[in-house]
Amino acid sequence: MSAAGGKRLRALIVDDEELARFVVREMLEAHSEIEVVAECVNGFEAVKAVAEHKPDLLFLDVQMPKLTGFDVLELIGTDVPVIFVTAYDEHAMKAFEVHAVDYLLKPVGKERFEAALERAKSRIATRQPMPAELGTAARAPGQFAERIVVKDGTRVTLIPCNKLDYAESQDDYVALVSEGKKHLKQQTIASLEASLDPALFVRIHRSYLVNLERVVRIEPYGKESRMAILATGARLPVSKTGYARVKALLDERG
Amino acid sequence: MANESFPRKLPQLVFRILWLPMGGLLFVLLNSTGGMRALDAAVIAYPVCLFGQFTLIAAKYSCKSSPIERTKTGQMVATHAIASLIMGLLWYSLAWTLIYAVSFGQQLQGLDQRFSGRGPIVYVSGVAFYWLSVAYYYVVFARENAMKAEARVMETTMLARDAELKALKAQLNPHFLFNSLNSISALTSIDPGRARDMCILLADFLRITLRAGEHAVIPFSEELGLMERFLSIEKVRFGARLKTEEDIEEDARKCLLPPLLLQPLIENAVARGIANLPEGGTVRVAARCANGRMFITIENSFDPDAPPRRGNGMGLRNVRERLEARYGKEASLRISSEGERFEATVTLPAETEVPR
Repeated sequence: MSAAGGKRLRALIVDDEELARFVVREMLEAHSEIEVVAECVNGFEAVKAVAEHKPDLLFLDVQMPKLTGFDVLELIGTDVPVIFVTAYDEHAMKAFEVHAVDYLLKPVGKERFEAALERAKSRIATRQPMPAELGTAARAPGQFAERIVVKDGTRVTLIPCNKLDYAESQDDYVALVSEGKKHLKQQTIASLEASLDPALFVRIHRSYLVNLERVVRIEPYGKESRMAILATGARLPVSKTGYARVKALLDERG
Repeated sequence: MANESFPRKLPQLVFRILWLPMGGLLFVLLNSTGGMRALDAAVIAYPVCLFGQFTLIAAKYSCKSSPIERTKTGQMVATHAIASLIMGLLWYSLAWTLIYAVSFGQQLQGLDQRFSGRGPIVYVSGVAFYWLSVAYYYVVFARENAMKAEARVMETTMLARDAELKALKAQLNPHFLFNSLNSISALTSIDPGRARDMCILLADFLRITLRAGEHAVIPFSEELGLMERFLSIEKVRFGARLKTEEDIEEDARKCLLPPLLLQPLIENAVARGIANLPEGGTVRVAARCANGRMFITIENSFDPDAPPRRGNGMGLRNVRERLEARYGKEASLRISSEGERFEATVTLPAETEVPR
C-alpha cells in the first residue's frame, strides 16, 4: 500500500500563501511517484483533508492563520509523516532538530527538498511515528500555550486557555471543561499540564488540572481530603500534594 | 571622578573650618558690643562656636525635610524660625556651661559675673548662625539637584540613542525577507516579469531601510513611499488577502518625522492582522494635520481570538521609545481595538522644518 508496493504516494500541501504552495508543487512535478491529492490554504482545511484523503505525506507551513502547523500536527496524530516548511523561526528550527523532523526553509532549494523527500520516504517505509509534542518544544522558553486545539471528528475547536475551567484525565484522553461544554482530547493530563502556564493551572489531583482563577474556595471533605469549589459550582477532589501545590502557589503570589 | 566627589566632600570641609570665622565674629560682638575683656570674649566665643557648629548640622535635616522647591514659604519660615529659637537657646546654655567649666582658673575668676547680661549676644548669634546654615544648605541642595538633573538629561539622551539603534536593527525583519524571497522564487517560473518587479521593490525597500540612519527626520511622503513598497511586496505574498487603502491630506506629506518610525506599525498590521485571517482584510493608512499637530493612523483587520504572536509589543515599544526620545510628552502612540479592527494612532508636532 506504500512506496514498496509501487503505488503512488499521496501528498498534501498546506500553506496559506499561494506562491509558497506553488514552489512545493513545482518541485514535486519531477517526481512521478508522488501525487498531490489536495492543497489547503489553512489548518482547518488541512485537518479535514487529512481525514478525507488519508495522505502518505504532508508538506506543512508553520505560520498560518488560526491553526499553526504545530496545531495541525497535534490534531492529525502521529501517523502521517510531515515535512515542515518555514521561513524563519529559531525556536521551531530547534524543535525540528531535536526531534529529527524534516523541515524546509523558505526560499526552498532543490537539493534540500530532494534530501527531505528521501528521508520522508524512508520514514513512510518504516512507519516511524511523528513526535506529537512538537508544538510544546517549539515554544520559546517561558512561553505557554494560549489556547488548546481540540478535534471532534473533522470539526476543530479552539479553547482559549483562560476559558478553560478544568481538565479531567480519562484513560488516554483528557476531558476539557470550558464554558459549560466538555471536549475530549487524546492527550495525557501530564503533557497538557506541561504546555500550560504553571502559575495559572494547578494539578490538584492525579486526575484533575484546575484553572486557579476559577476556584472559589477549597473546603475539607472527609478525614484527609478536600474539595475545590469552582465558580461554576463544579466540585473537584483535591489530594494532599495537590493542596500543598495550591498553597505554595498562593504564597508565591502573596 | 574628582568632579563628582568634590561637591559631596566640600560641605563637610567647609563646616570643619567654619567655626574659626564664626568664633571671630562672636568674639568681636562680645568684645565691642558686649564690652567684655578680650581674654574673656575669646574664651567664650571660640569654644562656643567650636561646639556650636555641630549643632548647626541640624539645619541640614530641617532643610532636607522641607525642600525649598516643594514647601510653602510660610511653612518653611515657621519651621526654621522655631528651630532657630531652639538653636539660640542651645548656644546660650552652651556658653553658660562653658563658663562654669572654665571660670575656676586664676585669670577667669568671676567670668560668670562679667558675662551676665551678654547672654543675648550668644543667643542671637546662635539664631543668626542657624539661619546662615539654612541658607548654606539650601544652596548646596540646589546645586546637587541641578547636577542630578543634568545626569538625568545625559541618561535620557543615551537611552534615546540606544532606542534609535535598536529601532534600525529591528527594521530588517528576517521573516519578511525570507518569505519575500520565497515568493520571488515561485514567480521566476510563473511570471518572470513580476519576479523582476518584486526584486526591484525589495531592493528599493532594503536600500531605503539601510539608508534610514542618515537623517534624523524625513518628510512623511518618504516614509509613506517606504510603507507603500512594503505593502506592495506583501501583496505579492498574500495575494487578494491583503487590501490597502490610503487617506492622506496634502499638508501631512510635508511634515517631518523620524525615519522608519511607522515601519513597526505597518509590519504589525500585516503580520499580526492580515496574516492571521484566512480571508484576509484591509490595511488603511491615514494622515492629517490639525492645530499644529500631525495624526497618523494605521488601521487593520485582525482576529481578536488569535493568540499573541512571539515578540508582540516589541515593535510598539520601539515606536513609543523613539517618540519619547525625540518629542518627550509632545508625541504619543495610542493603540485601540474594536471588534475586528485594530488601530494605532501616532500623534506628533506638525513640523515642516527642523526646529533648532
